[in-house]
Amino acid sequence: MKSLAELQAIRDKMKNNMGVRGDDTGNIRVVVGMATCGIAAGARPVLQAFTEEAAARGLTNVTISQTGCIGICQYEPVVEVMEPGREKVTYVKMDPDKAERVVAEHLAGGKVVTEYTIGAAK
Amino acid sequence: MQELSLNILDVAQNSVRAGATLTEITVDEQPADDRLTISIRDNGCGMTPEQVGQVTDPFFTTRTTRKVGLGVPLLKMAAELTGGGLEITSEPGRGTDLRAVFGLNHIDRMPLGDIAATICSLIQCNPDIDFLYTFRHGDASFCADTREFRAVLEGVPLSTPEVVAYIGGYIRENTAEIQNQSSSDGGIEP
Repeated sequence: MKSLAELQAIRDKMKNNMGVRGDDTGNIRVVVGMATCGIAAGARPVLQAFTEEAAARGLTNVTISQTGCIGICQYEPVVEVMEPGREKVTYVKMDPDKAERVVAEHLAGGKVVTEYTIGAAK
Repeated sequence: MQELSLNILDVAQNSVRAGATLTEITVDEQPADDRLTISIRDNGCGMTPEQVGQVTDPFFTTRTTRKVGLGVPLLKMAAELTGGGLEITSEPGRGTDLRAVFGLNHIDRMPLGDIAATICSLIQCNPDIDFLYTFRHGDASFCADTREFRAVLEGVPLSTPEVVAYIGGYIRENTAEIQNQSSSDGGIEP
């Protein structure tokens, strides 16, 4: 069984890193649609994939959160990426593999994965 | 929805939106009674008796973006398919208590699925409020309590990926331990 001592170790490690992060400039927000439609379409593993992949790549400037239904249920799972100074990007019909690619190419590399965006899904 | 844990993720967000500071999620497996009970209790804004009456109606929602709300009706249907049912008690200003009862071994009972991923998603997306997850199987049980984790973390956010991963592991390991202890009592895997 996992002990709370393990959590203490994580805390100590994170406390040492927190200073590095500084303020929120350059922070990328990733928002996953997690209403009934999104969840039924597979949003939970997509959220998980974004979290794990961003952590694996050490992307500390990425915040991952959720939103409700934005009204395009037929395109769920929907993920929006917001970056300061850039236009919002809406990814549609996401899955964990696509999420990994978005983390690698967009969040880490700065290049939008155009083929997964709502503009390409017609 | 293919797993009950997805219904839990969906319906628990009603508690978040109701402004709850504490949401208690309990999964209670009682093989001797052939019963699975899922309860979601919050201290949010609660509902009026009229709203409680309407909440299982798919064409009722408090949102203004659309005219349908399927979360609670889907959970109710999943419970009723197994000979169980769904019950909600609520009071404005006090909170809401939802209980869904299932036939544990009923052929139409959906698997519980990845409940750890559900609890982790809730915590990660709502790191400033508290969740208490309890899993009970027969007489054995364990809790994952964000208030306890928060006390250890001393200001490190619960949404930190490493912390989320730890909580997921904590829930998975404890669940497996309880199920191994009682694998001889006739309960089925979730």
